[in-house]
Amino acid sequence: MLRPVPDADGAPFWEYAAQGELRVQACGDCGELRFPPRPCCPHCQSFASEWRPVSGRGRVWSYVVAHPPLLPDYAAHAPYNVVVVELDEAPRIRLVGNLVAGAGQPLGAFPPENLRIGARVRAVFHDGLPQWVPERS
Amino acid sequence: MAAGSGGLKDATAVVGIGQTPFAKRLPEDERTLACRAVLAALDDAGIAPGEVDALASYTMEETDEVELAKACGFGDITFFSKVGFGGGGSCATVAHLAAAIVAGQAGVGVAWRSRKRGSGPRPWTDTTVQLPTPAQWTRPYGLLRPADEIAMLTRRYLHEYGATRDHLFNVALACRNRANQNPAAIMYERPLTREMYMTSRWISEPLCLFDNCLETDGALACVVVSAERARDCRRRPVYVHSAAQSLPAQHHGMVNYWNDDPLTGPAWSAARHLWKHSDLTPEDVDVAQIYDAFTPLVLLSLEGYGFCGRGEGGAFTEGGALETGGLLPLNTGGGGLSEAYVHGFNLINEGVRQLRGTSTAQVPDASACLVTAGEGVPTSALLLRS
Repeated sequence: MLRPVPDADGAPFWEYAAQGELRVQACGDCGELRFPPRPCCPHCQSFASEWRPVSGRGRVWSYVVAHPPLLPDYAAHAPYNVVVVELDEAPRIRLVGNLVAGAGQPLGAFPPENLRIGARVRAVFHDGLPQWVPERS
Repeated sequence: MAAGSGGLKDATAVVGIGQTPFAKRLPEDERTLACRAVLAALDDAGIAPGEVDALASYTMEETDEVELAKACGFGDITFFSKVGFGGGGSCATVAHLAAAIVAGQAGVGVAWRSRKRGSGPRPWTDTTVQLPTPAQWTRPYGLLRPADEIAMLTRRYLHEYGATRDHLFNVALACRNRANQNPAAIMYERPLTREMYMTSRWISEPLCLFDNCLETDGALACVVVSAERARDCRRRPVYVHSAAQSLPAQHHGMVNYWNDDPLTGPAWSAARHLWKHSDLTPEDVDVAQIYDAFTPLVLLSLEGYGFCGRGEGGAFTEGGALETGGLLPLNTGGGGLSEAYVHGFNLINEGVRQLRGTSTAQVPDASACLVTAGEGVPTSALLLRS
């Protein structure tokens, strides 16, 4: 499977994820959250930034179910879902991920018929990657 | 020549078009194909290669300007330009040449695209060139291909506006029906039915096989000169009435989910510029060549360029609107979905044919044609008129 290849701006995200923490870059001056991470704030042009913890709760904004042709490692799991999750704290920050039944479950294991836009999800971590599981309410 | 405050409006014209055959597999290499298309376009224009002094293509074009100029026997080149973002660059190549000619930097421009996508590797399979941004946020999760990225936007589009797969099928069908009339098209005489569409294999749900463009080998080119010069050329000039490029504020390329409003992409801002510098409105457009790497891009573009309201792109396709004789005949050569996928350059040449009156699916008395480049990436567009 492909591992993230972080750039300088993105590296802290992956370092926090490796510790089981979901954090989002925020401007160190005006406080606006931004994603993907980048060198300066598009609102106030400040180069100061911090990494703010978020709850890891959100909703499915959209999803796809991928079928071959795919890279071999991924084809082995196909068909599998990829979701975009909107965070509760910042609805316009949308993270790409996979919806799984539990941390570390294989990509293709979640039944595609159970996917729906608006479903509540929460972040779990496996092997340094945030994944998403259905929120049980 | 309309220089300075006159802007680009009708100041230049496309006077020659050329192309190679399109096929899944062609024996010649991209450089040879490029030379063939360019020399065919110059011959069509009746302009000697030695007069060419401006070049424009895509950053993804692998035929080097130096090699092309040397092989084809061009004169001294005084302007050259490459446009980024893949299929978003098609119309901008013509726009850059038009701007250079209006500014007095050159007199005869050639734009081209040569590509062996049918027999070559898929760019997305190259895992050694994983760009850190933005692929680090998507590829580990298996969002690997352009089809997956656009499918994500499509699912949200269908959910938000109540559009259906039937609307996507209407786009695929219009392109296929026109390709069935075009002997140069890969899908010539190969009809598509609703049943074939609805039962075809998935690529990335909600996109099926027929929502995806072809994989094609081939090359195309066109020649741009001043309106004044165009009057002495072999063919009826097709004027560059208006041109636009667009990289909207806070845009994120194919993964525009990070934008505040992902369903209003580059088409919206390109359209604002295009219409602002035009004497025409969407109602004046007789025929459209809309970039169709994936069917949903056409729905987004119909909205963005103002043929219907936001969220109405699906409904617009109903009742044969995109077919010959419909409200807006679409991609009359077959488009990327059914003629050839050469990063949208075939849409430019087809727009020129419509305004010359020589299309295989000719719209009677067509006098204005919109041509667009890839939606979903920083894009470009042309409004051509006869």
